[in-house]
Amino acid sequence: MAHAVTRLPDAQLAPMLAAYEAAVRERRRHTLIAAAVVAVCIALAAWMGEVKPGVLFANAGRLISYFASIVPTLRWETLGADLAEWYWNLDHWLKLLLDTILIAYLGTLIGAIGAFLLCFLACANLVRSPLIRLTARRFLEFCRTVPELVFALLFVVAFGLGPMPGVLALAIHTMGALGKLFAEVVENIDMKPVEGGVAAGASWPKMVRFAVVPQVTSNFASYGLLRFEINVREASIMGFVGAGGIGQDLVEAIRKFYYSDVSAILLLIIATVMIIDLATEQVRHRLLGVGGRA
Amino acid sequence: MSRARITLDAEARARLAAAYPQALSPAPTQRLRVIAIIAMLAGIAVFSFWRLDFNLDRIGSGLAQLGHFLTLMVPPDPGTQLPLYIHALGETLAIAFLGTLLGAVVAFPFGFLAAKNVIPNIFAHFAVRRLLDTVRGVDRLIWALIFVTVVGLGPFAGILAIATASFAELGKLFSEAVEALDRKPVEGIVSTGGSDVEAVRFGMLPQVLPVLASQLLYYFESNARQSTIVGIVGAGGLGLHLAEQIRVLEWQKVSFLILMMLAMVATIDFISSRLRFSIIGKTRLEP
Repeated sequence: MAHAVTRLPDAQLAPMLAAYEAAVRERRRHTLIAAAVVAVCIALAAWMGEVKPGVLFANAGRLISYFASIVPTLRWETLGADLAEWYWNLDHWLKLLLDTILIAYLGTLIGAIGAFLLCFLACANLVRSPLIRLTARRFLEFCRTVPELVFALLFVVAFGLGPMPGVLALAIHTMGALGKLFAEVVENIDMKPVEGGVAAGASWPKMVRFAVVPQVTSNFASYGLLRFEINVREASIMGFVGAGGIGQDLVEAIRKFYYSDVSAILLLIIATVMIIDLATEQVRHRLLGVGGRA
Repeated sequence: MSRARITLDAEARARLAAAYPQALSPAPTQRLRVIAIIAMLAGIAVFSFWRLDFNLDRIGSGLAQLGHFLTLMVPPDPGTQLPLYIHALGETLAIAFLGTLLGAVVAFPFGFLAAKNVIPNIFAHFAVRRLLDTVRGVDRLIWALIFVTVVGLGPFAGILAIATASFAELGKLFSEAVEALDRKPVEGIVSTGGSDVEAVRFGMLPQVLPVLASQLLYYFESNARQSTIVGIVGAGGLGLHLAEQIRVLEWQKVSFLILMMLAMVATIDFISSRLRFSIIGKTRLEP
Protein backbone atom coordinates (compact mmCIF):
# COMPACT_ATOMS: atom_id res chain seq x y z
CA MET A 1 0.00 0.00 0.00
CA ALA A 2 1.51 3.27 -1.04
CA HIS A 3 0.95 6.45 0.90
CA ALA A 4 0.12 9.58 -1.01
CA VAL A 5 2.14 12.45 0.40
CA THR A 6 0.88 15.88 -0.45
CA ARG A 7 3.64 18.41 -0.93
CA LEU A 8 3.08 22.11 -0.50
CA PRO A 9 4.24 24.41 -3.28
CA ASP A 10 7.78 25.69 -2.79
CA ALA A 11 6.66 29.27 -2.34
CA GLN A 12 4.62 28.25 0.71
CA LEU A 13 7.26 25.88 1.99
CA ALA A 14 10.22 28.30 1.97
CA PRO A 15 9.16 30.56 4.89
CA MET A 16 8.28 27.53 7.01
CA LEU A 17 11.66 25.99 6.35
CA ALA A 18 13.38 29.27 7.17
CA ALA A 19 11.47 29.51 10.46
CA TYR A 20 12.42 25.92 11.30
CA GLU A 21 16.08 26.57 10.52
CA ALA A 22 16.05 29.68 12.68
CA ALA A 23 14.49 27.78 15.58
CA VAL A 24 17.09 25.02 15.31
CA ARG A 25 19.91 27.58 15.14
CA GLU A 26 18.59 29.34 18.23
CA ARG A 27 18.42 26.10 20.19
CA ARG A 28 21.88 25.07 19.08
CA ARG A 29 23.26 28.44 20.19
CA HIS A 30 21.72 27.97 23.66
CA THR A 31 23.15 24.47 23.94
CA LEU A 32 26.60 25.72 22.91
CA ILE A 33 26.53 28.51 25.48
CA ALA A 34 25.43 26.08 28.22
CA ALA A 35 28.17 23.63 27.19
CA ALA A 36 30.79 26.40 27.28
CA VAL A 37 29.69 27.49 30.76
CA VAL A 38 29.85 23.91 32.02
CA ALA A 39 33.28 23.43 30.42
CA VAL A 40 34.65 26.55 32.12
CA CYS A 41 33.21 25.37 35.44
CA ILE A 42 34.81 21.96 34.98
CA ALA A 43 38.19 23.51 34.22
CA LEU A 44 37.96 25.81 37.25
CA ALA A 45 36.80 23.01 39.51
CA ALA A 46 39.47 20.64 38.27
CA TRP A 47 42.10 23.27 38.98
CA MET A 48 40.70 23.94 42.47
CA GLY A 49 40.20 20.27 43.24
CA GLU A 50 43.77 19.37 42.25
CA VAL A 51 42.53 16.83 39.74
CA LYS A 52 45.29 15.36 37.69
CA PRO A 53 44.22 12.82 35.09
CA GLY A 54 47.66 11.21 35.39
CA VAL A 55 47.11 10.61 39.09
CA LEU A 56 43.70 9.12 38.37
CA PHE A 57 45.08 6.61 35.90
CA ALA A 58 48.04 5.79 38.12
CA ASN A 59 45.63 5.18 40.98
CA ALA A 60 43.02 3.25 39.03
CA GLY A 61 45.14 0.14 39.46
CA ARG A 62 45.50 0.76 43.19
CA LEU A 63 41.77 1.21 43.53
CA ILE A 64 41.10 -2.14 41.89
CA SER A 65 43.77 -3.89 43.93
CA TYR A 66 42.34 -2.33 47.11
CA PHE A 67 38.93 -3.79 46.44
CA ALA A 68 40.55 -7.08 45.47
CA SER A 69 42.39 -7.22 48.78
CA ILE A 70 39.37 -6.50 50.98
CA VAL A 71 37.64 -9.56 49.51
CA PRO A 72 38.38 -12.37 51.98
CA THR A 73 39.84 -15.70 50.88
CA LEU A 74 37.06 -18.24 51.09
CA ARG A 75 37.75 -21.82 50.04
CA TRP A 76 34.95 -24.29 49.57
CA GLU A 77 36.67 -27.08 51.54
CA THR A 78 37.22 -24.95 54.63
CA LEU A 79 34.25 -22.63 54.23
CA GLY A 80 33.16 -22.74 57.88
CA ALA A 81 36.61 -21.98 59.24
CA ASP A 82 37.19 -19.24 56.66
CA LEU A 83 33.89 -17.58 57.49
CA ALA A 84 34.67 -17.83 61.21
CA GLU A 85 38.03 -16.18 60.56
CA TRP A 86 36.49 -13.46 58.42
CA TYR A 87 33.90 -12.64 61.10
CA TRP A 88 36.24 -13.34 64.03
CA ASN A 89 34.90 -10.39 65.98
CA LEU A 90 31.23 -10.90 65.20
CA ASP A 91 29.96 -10.66 68.81
CA HIS A 92 31.62 -7.31 69.32
CA TRP A 93 30.44 -5.98 65.95
CA LEU A 94 26.86 -7.08 66.57
CA LYS A 95 26.90 -5.21 69.89
CA LEU A 96 28.19 -2.12 68.10
CA LEU A 97 25.52 -2.54 65.43
CA LEU A 98 22.86 -2.67 68.15
CA ASP A 99 24.33 0.53 69.58
CA THR A 100 24.23 2.10 66.12
CA ILE A 101 20.56 1.24 65.67
CA LEU A 102 19.74 2.51 69.16
CA ILE A 103 21.58 5.77 68.45
CA ALA A 104 19.51 6.17 65.30
CA TYR A 105 16.33 5.28 67.22
CA LEU A 106 16.89 7.74 70.05
CA GLY A 107 18.06 10.46 67.67
CA THR A 108 14.95 10.00 65.54
CA LEU A 109 12.61 9.86 68.55
CA ILE A 110 14.00 12.93 70.32
CA GLY A 111 14.24 14.83 67.03
CA ALA A 112 10.69 13.87 66.08
CA ILE A 113 9.34 15.02 69.44
CA GLY A 114 11.14 18.35 69.01
CA ALA A 115 9.89 18.68 65.44
CA PHE A 116 6.35 17.84 66.58
CA LEU A 117 6.41 20.59 69.20
CA LEU A 118 7.88 23.18 66.83
CA CYS A 119 6.14 22.41 63.53
CA PHE A 120 2.78 23.88 64.57
CA LEU A 121 4.50 27.17 65.33
CA ALA A 122 6.01 27.32 61.83
CA CYS A 123 2.72 27.05 59.93
CA ALA A 124 1.13 29.99 58.16
CA ASN A 125 -2.38 28.60 58.63
CA LEU A 126 -2.21 28.19 62.42
CA VAL A 127 0.06 31.00 63.59
CA ARG A 128 -0.85 34.57 62.80
CA SER A 129 2.20 36.25 64.28
CA PRO A 130 4.96 36.40 61.65
CA LEU A 131 7.57 36.87 64.38
CA ILE A 132 6.92 33.47 66.00
CA ARG A 133 6.52 31.76 62.63
CA LEU A 134 9.70 33.11 61.08
CA THR A 135 11.74 32.47 64.21
CA ALA A 136 10.58 28.85 64.28
CA ARG A 137 11.33 28.46 60.57
CA ARG A 138 14.81 29.99 60.75
CA PHE A 139 15.63 27.83 63.75
CA LEU A 140 14.58 24.64 61.96
CA GLU A 141 16.51 25.72 58.87
CA PHE A 142 19.67 26.24 60.89
CA CYS A 143 19.29 22.80 62.50
CA ARG A 144 19.09 21.02 59.17
CA THR A 145 21.70 23.02 57.24
CA VAL A 146 24.58 22.36 59.62
CA PRO A 147 25.62 18.76 58.90
CA GLU A 148 25.11 16.16 61.67
CA LEU A 149 28.80 15.46 61.77
CA VAL A 150 29.65 19.07 62.60
CA PHE A 151 27.23 18.95 65.54
CA ALA A 152 28.75 15.60 66.51
CA LEU A 153 32.27 17.08 66.47
CA LEU A 154 31.15 19.96 68.70
CA PHE A 155 29.25 17.71 71.09
CA VAL A 156 32.11 15.24 71.40
CA VAL A 157 34.24 18.08 72.74
CA ALA A 158 31.47 19.26 75.09
CA PHE A 159 30.04 15.94 76.32
CA GLY A 160 33.03 13.65 75.91
CA LEU A 161 33.46 10.57 73.69
CA GLY A 162 30.64 8.02 73.42
CA PRO A 163 27.21 7.53 71.91
CA MET A 164 25.57 10.47 73.71
CA PRO A 165 26.95 13.25 71.46
CA GLY A 166 25.98 11.13 68.45
CA VAL A 167 22.39 10.86 69.63
CA LEU A 168 22.17 14.60 70.30
CA ALA A 169 23.69 15.51 66.93
CA LEU A 170 21.26 13.24 65.09
CA ALA A 171 18.36 14.57 67.17
CA ILE A 172 19.11 18.19 66.28
CA HIS A 173 19.49 17.51 62.58
CA THR A 174 16.38 15.30 62.59
CA MET A 175 14.42 18.04 64.33
CA GLY A 176 15.32 20.46 61.54
CA ALA A 177 14.58 18.07 58.70
CA LEU A 178 11.37 16.62 60.14
CA GLY A 179 10.16 20.02 61.37
CA LYS A 180 10.09 21.27 57.79
CA LEU A 181 8.27 18.19 56.47
CA PHE A 182 5.80 18.19 59.38
CA ALA A 183 5.06 21.89 58.85
CA GLU A 184 4.33 21.22 55.18
CA VAL A 185 1.88 18.47 56.15
CA VAL A 186 0.16 20.77 58.62
CA GLU A 187 -0.14 23.54 56.05
CA ASN A 188 -2.07 21.17 53.79
CA ILE A 189 -4.70 20.05 56.32
CA ASP A 190 -8.41 20.54 56.00
CA MET A 191 -9.18 23.79 57.88
CA LYS A 192 -12.82 23.01 58.69
CA PRO A 193 -12.15 21.13 61.96
CA VAL A 194 -9.86 24.00 63.03
CA GLU A 195 -12.60 26.53 62.39
CA GLY A 196 -15.07 24.32 64.22
CA GLY A 197 -12.77 24.07 67.22
CA VAL A 198 -12.12 27.81 67.34
CA ALA A 199 -15.83 28.56 66.94
CA ALA A 200 -16.62 26.26 69.86
CA GLY A 201 -14.20 28.23 72.01
CA ALA A 202 -11.13 25.95 72.00
CA SER A 203 -7.84 27.45 73.15
CA TRP A 204 -4.84 27.21 70.79
CA PRO A 205 -3.35 24.03 72.31
CA LYS A 206 -6.80 22.37 72.41
CA MET A 207 -7.46 23.36 68.80
CA VAL A 208 -4.13 21.78 67.75
CA ARG A 209 -4.81 18.65 69.81
CA PHE A 210 -8.35 17.96 68.58
CA ALA A 211 -8.49 19.56 65.13
CA VAL A 212 -4.96 19.22 63.70
CA VAL A 213 -3.23 16.23 65.29
CA PRO A 214 -5.82 13.60 64.24
CA GLN A 215 -5.39 14.70 60.62
CA VAL A 216 -1.61 14.48 60.51
CA THR A 217 -0.54 11.56 62.72
CA SER A 218 -0.21 8.92 60.00
CA ASN A 219 1.82 11.22 57.74
CA PHE A 220 4.05 12.23 60.64
CA ALA A 221 4.69 8.60 61.52
CA SER A 222 5.54 7.81 57.92
CA TYR A 223 8.04 10.66 57.68
CA GLY A 224 9.49 9.65 61.04
CA LEU A 225 10.12 6.11 59.83
CA LEU A 226 11.71 7.41 56.64
CA ARG A 227 14.01 9.56 58.76
CA PHE A 228 14.87 6.54 60.92
CA GLU A 229 16.16 4.78 57.79
CA ILE A 230 18.38 7.76 56.96
CA ASN A 231 19.54 8.05 60.55
CA VAL A 232 20.69 4.42 60.66
CA ARG A 233 23.11 5.25 57.82
CA GLU A 234 24.18 8.43 59.56
CA ALA A 235 24.64 6.67 62.89
CA SER A 236 26.99 4.20 61.21
CA ILE A 237 29.44 7.06 60.52
CA MET A 238 29.09 8.86 63.86
CA GLY A 239 31.97 6.74 65.15
CA PHE A 240 34.29 8.53 62.68
CA VAL A 241 34.41 11.48 65.06
CA GLY A 242 34.17 9.40 68.24
CA ALA A 243 30.41 9.63 68.69
CA GLY A 244 29.67 5.93 69.17
CA GLY A 245 28.43 3.06 67.06
CA ILE A 246 30.16 0.79 64.58
CA GLY A 247 31.91 3.66 62.74
CA GLN A 248 34.74 3.62 65.27
CA ASP A 249 35.75 0.06 64.36
CA LEU A 250 35.30 0.70 60.66
CA VAL A 251 37.53 3.75 60.72
CA GLU A 252 40.19 1.79 62.57
CA ALA A 253 40.01 -1.11 60.12
CA ILE A 254 40.32 1.19 57.10
CA ARG A 255 43.15 3.31 58.54
CA LYS A 256 45.15 0.32 59.75
CA PHE A 257 44.57 -1.72 56.58
CA TYR A 258 42.80 -4.67 58.26
CA TYR A 259 41.49 -5.57 54.84
CA SER A 260 39.11 -8.42 55.63
CA ASP A 261 37.66 -6.53 58.59
CA VAL A 262 36.76 -3.66 56.27
CA SER A 263 34.66 -5.89 54.04
CA ALA A 264 33.17 -7.74 57.02
CA ILE A 265 31.97 -4.53 58.72
CA LEU A 266 30.84 -2.96 55.45
CA LEU A 267 28.72 -6.00 54.63
CA LEU A 268 27.19 -5.95 58.12
CA ILE A 269 26.28 -2.27 57.70
CA ILE A 270 24.84 -2.78 54.22
CA ALA A 271 22.77 -5.76 55.39
CA THR A 272 21.44 -3.86 58.40
CA VAL A 273 20.53 -0.84 56.30
CA MET A 274 18.74 -3.03 53.75
CA ILE A 275 16.79 -4.97 56.40
CA ILE A 276 15.70 -1.76 58.11
CA ASP A 277 14.74 -0.21 54.77
CA LEU A 278 12.54 -3.19 53.95
CA ALA A 279 10.95 -3.34 57.42
CA THR A 280 10.14 0.37 57.60
CA GLU A 281 8.80 0.28 54.05
CA GLN A 282 6.30 -2.39 55.10
CA VAL A 283 5.19 -0.41 58.12
CA ARG A 284 4.96 2.79 56.11
CA HIS A 285 2.77 1.25 53.42
CA ARG A 286 0.45 -0.08 56.10
CA LEU A 287 0.35 3.30 57.86
CA LEU A 288 -0.50 5.22 54.71
CA GLY A 289 -3.10 2.58 53.84
CA VAL A 290 -4.74 3.08 57.23
CA GLY A 291 -4.48 6.85 56.84
CA GLY A 292 -6.14 6.66 53.43
CA ARG A 293 -9.03 4.59 54.76
CA ALA A 294 -9.75 6.71 57.81
CA MET B 1 -17.07 42.13 73.51
CA SER B 2 -18.36 39.16 75.37
CA ARG B 3 -18.89 35.85 73.65
CA ALA B 4 -22.16 34.01 74.03
CA ARG B 5 -21.50 30.48 75.07
CA ILE B 6 -23.85 27.58 74.61
CA THR B 7 -23.84 25.27 77.59
CA LEU B 8 -25.41 21.88 77.19
CA ASP B 9 -27.68 20.64 79.90
CA ALA B 10 -27.46 17.06 81.12
CA GLU B 11 -30.30 15.85 78.95
CA ALA B 12 -28.81 17.22 75.70
CA ARG B 13 -25.44 15.77 76.63
CA ALA B 14 -26.93 12.33 77.15
CA ARG B 15 -28.78 12.54 73.84
CA LEU B 16 -25.59 13.48 71.98
CA ALA B 17 -23.63 10.72 73.69
CA ALA B 18 -26.25 8.19 72.66
CA ALA B 19 -26.25 9.44 69.07
CA TYR B 20 -22.44 9.53 68.63
CA PRO B 21 -20.92 6.91 70.94
CA GLN B 22 -17.65 6.86 68.92
CA ALA B 23 -16.94 10.56 69.38
CA LEU B 24 -17.07 10.64 73.17
CA SER B 25 -15.46 7.32 74.02
CA PRO B 26 -13.38 5.72 71.26
CA ALA B 27 -13.43 1.95 71.02
CA PRO B 28 -11.35 0.43 73.84
CA THR B 29 -9.33 -1.72 71.40
CA GLN B 30 -8.17 1.34 69.52
CA ARG B 31 -7.26 3.14 72.71
CA LEU B 32 -5.38 0.06 73.85
CA ARG B 33 -3.45 -0.07 70.59
CA VAL B 34 -2.34 3.55 70.91
CA ILE B 35 -1.26 2.95 74.51
CA ALA B 36 0.63 -0.19 73.46
CA ILE B 37 2.49 1.63 70.68
CA ILE B 38 3.46 4.50 72.96
CA ALA B 39 4.54 2.08 75.69
CA MET B 40 6.69 0.18 73.19
CA LEU B 41 8.35 3.35 71.86
CA ALA B 42 9.01 4.55 75.40
CA GLY B 43 10.28 1.13 76.47
CA ILE B 44 12.82 0.99 73.65
CA ALA B 45 13.83 4.57 74.47
CA VAL B 46 14.43 3.70 78.13
CA PHE B 47 16.46 0.65 77.11
CA SER B 48 18.51 2.84 74.72
CA PHE B 49 19.16 5.45 77.40
CA TRP B 50 20.41 2.72 79.70
CA ARG B 51 22.47 0.93 77.05
CA LEU B 52 24.06 4.11 75.67
CA ASP B 53 25.12 5.38 79.12
CA PHE B 54 23.01 8.49 79.34
CA ASN B 55 23.18 10.21 82.69
CA LEU B 56 22.03 13.56 83.93
CA ASP B 57 25.43 14.56 85.31
CA ARG B 58 27.06 14.29 81.91
CA ILE B 59 24.21 16.05 80.16
CA GLY B 60 24.31 18.89 82.68
CA SER B 61 28.05 19.42 82.55
CA GLY B 62 28.03 19.01 78.76
CA LEU B 63 25.36 21.66 78.35
CA ALA B 64 27.31 24.01 80.59
CA GLN B 65 30.42 23.40 78.47
CA LEU B 66 28.45 23.95 75.29
CA GLY B 67 27.08 27.24 76.61
CA HIS B 68 30.62 28.31 77.46
CA PHE B 69 31.79 27.46 73.92
CA LEU B 70 28.91 29.44 72.46
CA THR B 71 29.97 32.55 74.37
CA LEU B 72 33.51 32.06 73.08
CA MET B 73 32.23 31.79 69.49
CA VAL B 74 31.15 35.42 69.20
CA PRO B 75 32.28 37.33 67.31
CA PRO B 76 33.18 34.97 64.43
CA ASP B 77 36.69 35.73 63.34
CA PRO B 78 38.92 33.97 60.80
CA GLY B 79 42.12 35.42 62.31
CA THR B 80 44.86 35.56 59.70
CA GLN B 81 43.66 32.51 57.84
CA LEU B 82 40.97 34.05 55.65
CA PRO B 83 42.78 33.33 52.30
CA LEU B 84 43.23 29.72 53.37
CA TYR B 85 39.54 29.39 54.14
CA ILE B 86 38.51 30.99 50.86
CA HIS B 87 40.69 28.45 49.10
CA ALA B 88 39.01 25.66 51.10
CA LEU B 89 35.62 27.04 50.09
CA GLY B 90 36.69 26.81 46.45
CA GLU B 91 37.81 23.24 47.05
CA THR B 92 34.47 22.37 48.59
CA LEU B 93 32.62 23.80 45.59
CA ALA B 94 34.93 21.92 43.24
CA ILE B 95 34.31 18.66 45.11
CA ALA B 96 30.55 19.12 44.95
CA PHE B 97 30.55 20.14 41.28
CA LEU B 98 32.98 17.59 39.85
CA GLY B 99 31.67 14.83 42.14
CA THR B 100 28.09 15.35 41.01
CA LEU B 101 29.06 15.65 37.36
CA LEU B 102 31.32 12.59 37.38
CA GLY B 103 28.69 10.56 39.23
CA ALA B 104 26.04 11.62 36.74
CA VAL B 105 28.18 10.80 33.71
CA VAL B 106 28.77 7.27 35.04
CA ALA B 107 25.15 6.91 36.20
CA PHE B 108 23.75 7.95 32.83
CA PRO B 109 24.33 4.65 30.97
CA PHE B 110 23.42 2.70 34.12
CA GLY B 111 20.10 4.53 34.23
CA PHE B 112 19.26 2.95 30.88
CA LEU B 113 20.76 -0.44 31.78
CA ALA B 114 18.66 -0.64 34.96
CA ALA B 115 15.42 0.30 33.21
CA LYS B 116 12.98 -2.50 32.40
CA ASN B 117 11.82 -0.95 29.15
CA VAL B 118 15.34 -0.70 27.69
CA ILE B 119 16.90 -3.97 28.83
CA PRO B 120 14.09 -6.53 28.98
CA ASN B 121 16.49 -9.22 30.29
CA ILE B 122 15.42 -9.69 33.91
CA PHE B 123 18.81 -10.98 35.13
CA ALA B 124 20.81 -8.07 33.74
CA HIS B 125 18.24 -5.66 35.13
CA PHE B 126 18.33 -7.35 38.55
CA ALA B 127 22.15 -7.42 38.66
CA VAL B 128 22.49 -3.71 37.83
CA ARG B 129 19.83 -2.78 40.41
CA ARG B 130 21.54 -4.78 43.18
CA LEU B 131 24.91 -3.25 42.30
CA LEU B 132 23.42 0.22 42.68
CA ASP B 133 21.74 -0.80 45.97
CA THR B 134 25.01 -2.11 47.40
CA VAL B 135 26.97 1.01 46.50
CA ARG B 136 24.16 3.13 47.93
CA GLY B 137 24.20 1.22 51.21
CA VAL B 138 27.66 2.63 51.98
CA ASP B 139 27.66 6.21 53.21
CA ARG B 140 29.70 8.78 51.28
CA LEU B 141 31.91 9.41 54.27
CA ILE B 142 32.93 5.75 54.23
CA TRP B 143 33.75 6.09 50.54
CA ALA B 144 35.76 9.21 51.36
CA LEU B 145 37.74 7.29 53.94
CA ILE B 146 38.41 4.45 51.50
CA PHE B 147 39.48 6.84 48.74
CA VAL B 148 41.75 8.72 51.12
CA THR B 149 43.62 5.50 51.80
CA VAL B 150 43.78 4.74 48.06
CA VAL B 151 44.60 8.11 46.40
CA GLY B 152 45.96 9.98 49.40
CA LEU B 153 44.75 13.03 51.34
CA GLY B 154 43.24 15.94 49.45
CA PRO B 155 40.17 17.07 47.53
CA PHE B 156 40.62 14.44 44.84
CA ALA B 157 39.55 11.72 47.27
CA GLY B 158 36.52 13.84 48.13
CA ILE B 159 35.55 14.15 44.47
CA LEU B 160 35.75 10.39 44.01
CA ALA B 161 33.71 9.75 47.16
CA ILE B 162 30.93 12.16 46.19
CA ALA B 163 30.99 10.77 42.65
CA THR B 164 30.64 7.16 43.83
CA ALA B 165 27.74 7.91 46.15
CA SER B 166 26.00 10.15 43.60
CA PHE B 167 26.47 7.52 40.93
CA ALA B 168 24.42 4.96 42.84
CA GLU B 169 21.69 7.36 43.85
CA LEU B 170 21.41 9.05 40.47
CA GLY B 171 21.53 5.69 38.67
CA LYS B 172 18.42 4.61 40.53
CA LEU B 173 16.62 7.91 39.93
CA PHE B 174 17.61 7.95 36.23
CA SER B 175 16.32 4.41 35.71
CA GLU B 176 13.02 5.37 37.33
CA ALA B 177 12.79 8.40 35.03
CA VAL B 178 13.47 6.20 32.00
CA GLU B 179 10.86 3.66 33.07
CA ALA B 180 8.26 6.37 33.50
CA LEU B 181 8.61 7.81 30.01
CA ASP B 182 6.03 7.78 27.24
CA ARG B 183 6.31 4.84 24.78
CA LYS B 184 4.73 6.62 21.83
CA PRO B 185 7.76 8.53 20.46
CA VAL B 186 9.83 5.34 20.65
CA GLU B 187 7.19 3.37 18.76
CA GLY B 188 6.98 6.15 16.19
CA ILE B 189 10.71 5.97 15.53
CA VAL B 190 10.77 2.18 15.35
CA SER B 191 7.80 2.22 12.98
CA THR B 192 9.59 4.60 10.60
CA GLY B 193 12.58 2.23 10.49
CA GLY B 194 14.82 3.62 13.25
CA SER B 195 17.33 1.34 14.97
CA ASP B 196 17.36 0.67 18.73
CA VAL B 197 20.09 3.24 19.28
CA GLU B 198 18.16 5.81 17.30
CA ALA B 199 15.04 4.99 19.33
CA VAL B 200 16.95 5.76 22.53
CA ARG B 201 18.55 8.89 21.09
CA PHE B 202 15.48 10.48 19.48
CA GLY B 203 12.60 8.79 21.30
CA MET B 204 13.82 8.60 24.90
CA LEU B 205 16.57 11.19 25.42
CA PRO B 206 14.50 14.29 24.66
CA GLN B 207 11.92 13.09 27.20
CA VAL B 208 14.29 12.23 30.04
CA LEU B 209 16.95 14.96 29.69
CA PRO B 210 14.99 17.72 31.48
CA VAL B 211 14.08 15.35 34.32
CA LEU B 212 17.70 14.23 34.62
CA ALA B 213 18.96 17.81 34.56
CA SER B 214 16.65 18.83 37.39
CA GLN B 215 17.65 15.79 39.47
CA LEU B 216 21.28 16.59 38.78
CA LEU B 217 20.85 20.13 40.10
CA TYR B 218 19.04 18.80 43.14
CA TYR B 219 21.95 16.48 43.85
CA PHE B 220 24.39 19.32 43.39
CA GLU B 221 22.56 21.14 46.18
CA SER B 222 22.68 18.15 48.50
CA ASN B 223 26.30 17.35 47.58
CA ALA B 224 27.33 20.91 48.41
CA ARG B 225 26.25 20.14 51.98
CA GLN B 226 27.93 16.74 51.97
CA SER B 227 31.20 18.02 50.52
CA THR B 228 31.67 20.26 53.55
CA ILE B 229 31.99 17.20 55.75
CA VAL B 230 34.14 14.84 53.67
CA GLY B 231 37.06 16.99 54.83
CA ILE B 232 36.60 15.60 58.35
CA VAL B 233 38.26 12.37 57.22
CA GLY B 234 40.92 14.26 55.25
CA ALA B 235 39.30 14.56 51.82
CA GLY B 236 39.78 18.32 51.41
CA GLY B 237 37.52 21.34 51.68
CA LEU B 238 36.08 23.28 54.58
CA GLY B 239 35.48 20.21 56.75
CA LEU B 240 39.20 19.65 57.18
CA HIS B 241 39.72 23.10 58.71
CA LEU B 242 36.53 22.84 60.72
CA ALA B 243 37.54 19.55 62.33
CA GLU B 244 41.03 20.93 63.01
CA GLN B 245 39.79 24.16 64.62
CA ILE B 246 37.29 22.27 66.80
CA ARG B 247 40.09 20.01 68.02
CA VAL B 248 42.32 22.93 68.98
CA LEU B 249 39.31 24.76 70.49
CA GLU B 250 39.62 27.91 68.33
CA TRP B 251 35.93 28.75 68.72
CA GLN B 252 35.89 32.05 66.84
CA LYS B 253 37.32 30.35 63.76
CA VAL B 254 34.84 27.49 64.17
CA SER B 255 31.87 29.84 64.14
CA PHE B 256 33.32 31.70 61.15
CA LEU B 257 33.70 28.45 59.22
CA ILE B 258 30.14 27.37 60.08
CA LEU B 259 28.84 30.73 58.87
CA MET B 260 30.81 30.31 55.62
CA MET B 261 29.20 26.90 55.16
CA LEU B 262 25.71 28.25 55.76
CA ALA B 263 26.27 31.15 53.36
CA MET B 264 27.59 28.80 50.66
CA VAL B 265 24.69 26.38 51.01
CA ALA B 266 22.14 29.20 50.93
CA THR B 267 23.70 30.72 47.79
CA ILE B 268 23.82 27.39 45.98
CA ASP B 269 20.25 26.54 46.98
CA PHE B 270 19.09 29.87 45.61
CA ILE B 271 20.89 29.59 42.25
CA SER B 272 20.08 25.95 41.73
CA SER B 273 16.41 26.21 42.61
CA ARG B 274 16.13 29.06 40.11
CA LEU B 275 17.79 26.92 37.42
CA ARG B 276 15.69 23.90 38.32
CA PHE B 277 12.54 25.91 38.07
CA SER B 278 13.45 27.27 34.65
CA ILE B 279 14.25 23.75 33.36
CA ILE B 280 11.06 22.17 34.68
CA GLY B 281 9.00 25.17 33.65
CA LYS B 282 10.21 24.78 30.08
CA THR B 283 9.25 21.11 29.88
CA ARG B 284 5.77 21.91 31.14
CA LEU B 285 5.31 24.27 28.22
CA GLU B 286 6.70 21.94 25.58
CA PRO B 287 4.01 19.26 25.10
